[in-house]
Amino acid sequence: MPSTMRRRLAALASASALALVFGGAFAQSTEEGIAQYREALQDGNPAELWEARGEEMWKKPRGPKQVSFAACDLGLGPGVVKGAYAQMPRYFPDANRVMDLETRLLWCMVHQQGYTEADATKIKFGDGGSKRSDYEALGAYVASQSRGVKMNVPLDEPHVRDMFHLGERMFFFRGGTHDFACATCHGDDGKRIRLQDLPNLSKVEGARKAYTTWPAYRVSQGEVRTFQWRLNDCFRQQRFPELEFGSDASIALTAYLAGRANGAEYNGPAIKR
Amino acid sequence: MRNTILGRGIAAGAMVMVVGGLLYGCATAPADPEVSARATAMMKASFKAHGQAKLDRLDQDETQRLCSDYAGRALPASVAEKIQQENLATVRYPADGKLVGDWKSGEKIAQSGQGFQYNDDPKKPAGANCYACHQLSPKELSYGTMGPSLYRFGKLRGFTDDNRKYVWAKVYNAEAFSACSNMPRFGHQHILTEQQMRDVVALLMDPASPVNQ
Repeated sequence: MPSTMRRRLAALASASALALVFGGAFAQSTEEGIAQYREALQDGNPAELWEARGEEMWKKPRGPKQVSFAACDLGLGPGVVKGAYAQMPRYFPDANRVMDLETRLLWCMVHQQGYTEADATKIKFGDGGSKRSDYEALGAYVASQSRGVKMNVPLDEPHVRDMFHLGERMFFFRGGTHDFACATCHGDDGKRIRLQDLPNLSKVEGARKAYTTWPAYRVSQGEVRTFQWRLNDCFRQQRFPELEFGSDASIALTAYLAGRANGAEYNGPAIKR
Repeated sequence: MRNTILGRGIAAGAMVMVVGGLLYGCATAPADPEVSARATAMMKASFKAHGQAKLDRLDQDETQRLCSDYAGRALPASVAEKIQQENLATVRYPADGKLVGDWKSGEKIAQSGQGFQYNDDPKKPAGANCYACHQLSPKELSYGTMGPSLYRFGKLRGFTDDNRKYVWAKVYNAEAFSACSNMPRFGHQHILTEQQMRDVVALLMDPASPVNQ
């Protein structure tokens, strides 16, 4: 039933999106079209199904050690999810490392629940169908518990601040066959690729608006996507090699973008094209 | 633990350096080279080769390095001049002197975003995806705005030998004319073949091309 329902919702959402975005004979911007269809969907964001699955997963004993995430400290104390996502990435002394949400979840699965890293990372990203990632469900749930909370990545903590500065350099790093950097597409106001509006992530307003929507339900993919996925797929299009899940570079870039969003109200998981 | 996700992180304690004192006030200074070097090392440890996209894609040439270090800052005229001269020196024209091919093929190349991504088949011809950033033929409404509109480019500029050579060189290596341009260097980086280059030039410079109607 959930999968049928998801497909139905996805189909309905896709149809509405296309009708609204392309129905106006390009009289409106893509962004306006999406804003309209979000309104039309009202509270029907299918991400809620992922949030519910993630909540169940969070509370249930799991893994070889049959330990739930009640022992997992996301930075605000063991098991505390309220407001935790709005303060990540952050430095975790027990791991001596700055971690984003997905990497911290992996750490808890390995160090508390007894999974091997290989088992815990078999499915990093789902496919919108039967292949489902725990990170997308858990990510949707944990993030939803920061809705309405102001972003507050602890940039005054020296490890986090260091990652923030490294992430900033990464944002401007040009490479590959096409000389692309993140800033190539996300460094100017009011630009678009084809009809897709591009957020200017080099500005605080742009970073705030974009970062606070992830994770997000992608209508075109029928899947909730985490920020790790967002970065992974950006670098694919940038013609770079593959960004590794939970790598320092993925966390540094997340620290930069999340840190730039500080002060803005977290508003995800959102729904996107 | 070395080759695992959780073991891959550089021990955070070893990484903390004094970065709080970074000054952004100086408009023409490049980014702190020490931070840039650490960011590059971090990236090399965080990406993996996948399909045709090997780790050498993270090895920057001089142009990429300078444009990265000055990004978000004013590019000094002397650095811009150096980048343009070095890139202009890379431009190669076809041995037979023929610069204009088939605009119909050029239109297909301009539409295709295929090529060089790790999930792309390297045996298939790459596109240039011109429409991602430019308006060209008025029939295509789905065009981007990263670059200027090229609608009626040849008609407005004139169908001259000099302009055909300019378009060839610009597509071959955009950095020769505009330092730190967002446009890929299609010839210099071997993204397009010589014949594909001709076809793209034709899309802009053939009087019969829809771009010039």
